[in-house]
Amino acid sequence: MAGIIEVHHLSKTFVTRDADVEALQDISLSIQTGDIYGIIGMSGAGKSTLVRCLNFLERPTSGTVEIEGKDLSTLSEKELRARRAEIAMIFQHFNLLMQKNVIDNICFPLLYGGVGKKDGGKRGTMSKKDARKRAAELLEIVGMSEKAKAYPSQLSGGQKQRVAIARALAANPKILLCDEATSALDPQTTQSILQLLKQINRDYGITIVIITHEMSVVREICSHVAIISEGRLAEQGRVTDIFEHPRTKEAKELIVKGEGEGSRTLENRQRDLMKGKCCIRIVFSVNSSFEPVIANMVLRFGQPINILRADTKNVEGIARGEMILSLPDDVRIQEDMKAYLVERGLAVEEVDGYVD
Amino acid sequence: MWTSEMTLMMWEGTLETLFMTLLSTLFGYLLGVPMGIALAVTDKNGIRPNAAVYKILDVIANIVRSIPFLILLILIMPLTKLIVGRSYGTAATVVPLTVAAAPFIGRMIESSLKEVDHGVIEAAQSMGASTMTIIVRVLLVEARTSILVGVTIALGTILGYSAMAGIVGGGGLGDIAMRYGYYRYESDIMLVAVVLLVILVQIFQTLGMRMSVKLDRRKR
Ligand SMILES: Nc1ncnc2c1ncn2[C@@H]1O[C@H](COP(=O)(O)OP(=O)(O)O)[C@@H](O)[C@H]1O
Ligand SMILES: [Mg+2]
Repeated sequence: MAGIIEVHHLSKTFVTRDADVEALQDISLSIQTGDIYGIIGMSGAGKSTLVRCLNFLERPTSGTVEIEGKDLSTLSEKELRARRAEIAMIFQHFNLLMQKNVIDNICFPLLYGGVGKKDGGKRGTMSKKDARKRAAELLEIVGMSEKAKAYPSQLSGGQKQRVAIARALAANPKILLCDEATSALDPQTTQSILQLLKQINRDYGITIVIITHEMSVVREICSHVAIISEGRLAEQGRVTDIFEHPRTKEAKELIVKGEGEGSRTLENRQRDLMKGKCCIRIVFSVNSSFEPVIANMVLRFGQPINILRADTKNVEGIARGEMILSLPDDVRIQEDMKAYLVERGLAVEEVDGYVD
Repeated sequence: MWTSEMTLMMWEGTLETLFMTLLSTLFGYLLGVPMGIALAVTDKNGIRPNAAVYKILDVIANIVRSIPFLILLILIMPLTKLIVGRSYGTAATVVPLTVAAAPFIGRMIESSLKEVDHGVIEAAQSMGASTMTIIVRVLLVEARTSILVGVTIALGTILGYSAMAGIVGGGGLGDIAMRYGYYRYESDIMLVAVVLLVILVQIFQTLGMRMSVKLDRRKR
């Protein structure tokens, strides 16, 4: 089936004074309507260039990009602008107008974007009043209604990205391109933005393309993924398939790196494991004994314990080890184990649903 | 002895200086803004790169800016005469002042517009905004603080140039300072004229800065 986005043999070479940079080489992709399609790769792999080729902000050196069966290279400048209104984009650094408040930012594509131009209509087919009304609805969707009059500098990163998403949705796009949209955000905020994107995909059927260098993002929301390495397409397919049977070296590397990211997904799994369990956190400092405490404790009590997390942190210049253990269900053994650890000079505290 | 005629003369000088400065700044911006926009937009990293247009404007700006103002004043006298009808006096000074200010203002506008975050421009492009829309709705809006700071600098600079015009009988406070201080050694009159010039610059500076800060929505 022909997808909403079809990329055929796309290459892009940047000609610079020093050298020609082959940013993309022979990329072919097919993205279906309603997909959440991840494009993952290391920094400099060519992801941003690829996504910019999808709305022709960057013109490919060779190859074609078809959106809904229409080859973008055949469009006039004007038609292309009208097309772009249907392909919204959000960015790592949000790219909001800093001198305009939230509501005016969201009105921008409605008043000044390429909407309405497509059918020979004039720009600004929407009145200012209607645009504001629509903007208010969008603010509702992204949960930012009370910030309508705020300026971007008064918002947190996550809030700015929500405004950017509202702005992107304003012109009823069919496709939403996200270039590292969560890379500047902390794990919790990333999580909430990803959930919002998922909701948008589900509720409005908008096809989403997500550019990222984090495997955890792909695992969290993508249905399909393409792995880009040094300007080439290493592998593409369903996320579940690639996770289970990565074929290429690049895919394997990214998956391993993803596991090591220790970020949200791991944290989530950890939280699940901790549910209904007695968990304790112990902290080793430099003057803790060199005795293998945990191993000895397991031998002594003859009961397995589950290490949920182990980490060394540098606190004020001193290396401190931290461990989160899930203890056996027997309350008596739990108490004995805690006493055992305290005896050996370790700080022990009970945790439930710990937050980093 | 300070006489009421002198006070009147100072008052008129101040008005003449203000007239020259404000009018030249206005005309300077009428020419300089389009020039600055063209420079910023046609630059190789601009939104509509055009090497030929950029080069031509670049050369014009550099040539005019490298001619000392006094020489420029004399060089363009025929043009001044053509426009104003005579080549001396307060109104006549506006012409060379405008010619000198325009490329300088164009450069300031160019640099203000180039400060605008490229990401914001890219966002507008991704929404299908046209080049003209981006200039009016993104570049000029986002750069307005920096442009206002530029206006303040321009006013101060043009005021300084207008004082130089005193040498060729251009009128204004500079003219008074020249006539009395330099030719007649009445240094108290010169001093008053200079103090008035300094006060004018201060007023422009304070107003301009206050306005640019007030209009800036970035920090709060
Ligand atoms: N406008 C440009 N001119 C020259 N080289 C560029 C340009 N844009 C990107 N590149 C180069 O293309 C490669 C891919 O860049 P990019 O698409 O930004 O990678 P990613 O988004 O995956 O980090 C890099 O080597 C980068 O230096
Ligand atoms: Mg990138």
